[in-house]
Amino acid sequence: MAEPITVREIIADVIQQGRDTLRVGRETVYYLFRGQWNPAAVWEQLQQLGTRSLVFVLVTQGFLGAIMLLQAGFQATRILGDASLIGAQAIPLLVRQLGPTLTAMMIATRAGTAIAAEIGSMVVTEQVDALRMCNAPPVDYLIKPRLIGSIIMVPVLTIVGTAAAFFAGMAVASIVFDTNPSTYANFDVLVGLDVVEGLLKSVAFGIAIPLVAGTAGLSAYGGSEGVGEATTRAVVASSLAVIVLDFIIGSGVFLFR
Amino acid sequence: MTRFFARVGGGVLWISEVVGELALFTWAVFTAMLRPQLDGREMWRNLHRVGVRSLPIVMVTALFAGGIAAVQVSTYVLKFRAYEVVGWGFGFVVFREMGPLLVGLMFSGRVGAHNTAELGTMKVTEQIDALRILAIDPLHYLVLPRVIAMVVMMTLLNVIGNVCALAGGMLTAYAMVGVDPWVFWNSFTEYVLLSDFWNGMVKAAAFGLAIGIYSCAFGMTVRGGAAGVGRAVNASVVAAATGIFVFDYLITAVLQ
Repeated sequence: MAEPITVREIIADVIQQGRDTLRVGRETVYYLFRGQWNPAAVWEQLQQLGTRSLVFVLVTQGFLGAIMLLQAGFQATRILGDASLIGAQAIPLLVRQLGPTLTAMMIATRAGTAIAAEIGSMVVTEQVDALRMCNAPPVDYLIKPRLIGSIIMVPVLTIVGTAAAFFAGMAVASIVFDTNPSTYANFDVLVGLDVVEGLLKSVAFGIAIPLVAGTAGLSAYGGSEGVGEATTRAVVASSLAVIVLDFIIGSGVFLFR
Repeated sequence: MTRFFARVGGGVLWISEVVGELALFTWAVFTAMLRPQLDGREMWRNLHRVGVRSLPIVMVTALFAGGIAAVQVSTYVLKFRAYEVVGWGFGFVVFREMGPLLVGLMFSGRVGAHNTAELGTMKVTEQIDALRILAIDPLHYLVLPRVIAMVVMMTLLNVIGNVCALAGGMLTAYAMVGVDPWVFWNSFTEYVLLSDFWNGMVKAAAFGLAIGIYSCAFGMTVRGGAAGVGRAVNASVVAAATGIFVFDYLITAVLQ
């Protein structure tokens, strides 16, 4: 498949990828109930996903929290002359929107590429065909443990990342804007629906990332160049999936509010 | 216990090595830029490829990012029924922060990762050594055009991204919150300053530079065959994302 150039080719490419992902998703659901249960594989995926992404998520989300507080604080001091309320206003936004979305984009970058590279290199070295010959369906054997691992681990990492952003924001608030940490940690505006929205999003991202990245890996072809291309496609497609799901869930909850 | 310290120490050493390598590479790129020997055709080819390849994804991302920003801003506004500030809040958030950040992350995934894979494949198949044998400096022939193309195109794509995000935000605000597009537009043009736009543009250029340098550095230092290329791509997108967040923080703090 050549690089899509014209609008029609791009649309056809997106439809094709979406269809493939749905097919893999359907198969995964089928094997969730019918396939072999392999706790060791799930455990390994949990560890891999967690250890791979933890430091990265902590660092990027920490900076995110600091950036957000800086931006909000400069505006608040310029318009209101007082930055003491920024914590209360920023925390809900962090919990329901920025925390889950950017954590998921970082996981898509870190773990999505790894999943696609791993599965892709198994495809081009014909290990996946070998699995099929051994009557071990690749979706059951490769995608399912990653999906289960990611459904559990993405929300966990989201909570950790949001906490990192919260504390980095607290540091910025107290150092740059002289806001007392106890004034900053004001959860009055935060309602239960914000937490539900954030968790709902993180679970949806946790489902989408391994499916999209795994599909990209399974559709790799050719040699090492094919693996590189599958990896690129995995980052772009899973990040885009995160943004689109974010839009859909965010709008849904907004209408429900 | 000793194993724990060994792992932590190993991690620190590894990070120092990567950071040092990146710093040296950045220095080499900057000194090369002072007396560039650009190949015109390679430069054009890169500008075209970088721009065209990422245009669709940037437009789609920006449309949805605009929608997300409009929904989030509206959540605040709804409490006070202050519909006339939706455009201001939206423009501020998107132009300064969300536009460059999301476009940058997407650009890094699309162009940066591909660039690392390409240079890495050239490196492991010894094409870069072949260039050196022909007395062509790969830094000038391969790296400079790519870095320049990414800075230029990232900045330009940010403009297109802003326009698309504006369209997405207006549509979403109209369809979901019932903010009249004219009210939205008026509050947008009234309150959003040109400095907000330039702030985002500076960020976009810095992100382009970070993505360009990191993706080239990781591509040029690939070791160990096809698996090494895969690892380099992964390391490059991770470094670029970290760089984007760090630059974002620094620019926000400096420019206010």
